[in-house]
Amino acid sequence: MKPDTTRSLVIEREMPHSPEKIWRALTQSALIEEWLMKNDFQPVVSHRFNFRATPVQNWNGIIDCEVLVFEPNSRLSYSWSSMGLMSVVAWTLTPTKDGTHVRMEHSGFRSEEDAAYKGARYGWQKFIGSLDRVVGGLD
Amino acid sequence: MQVVTDHVFKALADPTRRALFERLARDGEQTVHALTHRAGVSQPAVSKHLGVLKHARLVRGRRKGRETHYSAQPQALAPMIDWMSIYGAFWRERFDRLESLLKRMDQ
Repeated sequence: MKPDTTRSLVIEREMPHSPEKIWRALTQSALIEEWLMKNDFQPVVSHRFNFRATPVQNWNGIIDCEVLVFEPNSRLSYSWSSMGLMSVVAWTLTPTKDGTHVRMEHSGFRSEEDAAYKGARYGWQKFIGSLDRVVGGLD
Repeated sequence: MQVVTDHVFKALADPTRRALFERLARDGEQTVHALTHRAGVSQPAVSKHLGVLKHARLVRGRRKGRETHYSAQPQALAPMIDWMSIYGAFWRERFDRLESLLKRMDQ
């Protein structure tokens, strides 16, 4: 997969909490489950783990992951593979005057030419949308 | 992968095939007979459409007695799904949950 054919999703938020506290929410299995998904995360680089969503028809709800980067209170990254999507999630925490700047980058999405554009061309992106409970099931 | 993707797009470009695939994805495994009953086209036509879907790996046939039972293989759609828009909504919602958790951790 060439770098120039993929896109990234970036979400950034200022949070009025210390990096240490946000780090706990990002890296302690029981806390991760409270806001993201059930998991068997361990704070060790190369540890392989799963996120588990509620299974839906034709999707077991399992996301395969591996810890790639673990730098306490600062940087966390894991691979994220499910339903043929091979991607990477990277968290960066930067202290600010009033708390922490939280940045999440989910990278490895194919270009629009590969996905949305073709979908629109054939007029079935909406159809895919109507099947999201089958193929996505992200809740 | 590109070849497979094109097969999938072509297979789903036809509204009758889209309807057949959607029914299999929604209602589970069915025979050609059962599918014909509701498709509004002849059984040979349904069989032909299923052949195209099968070629694109969107459906799988399982022989049982005299009939073949077809089931949807929606993972064949994965290479074309606009994951970015799906995950955009997903992560924004999870960020909200994270912030809510952080507030509770204060208490």
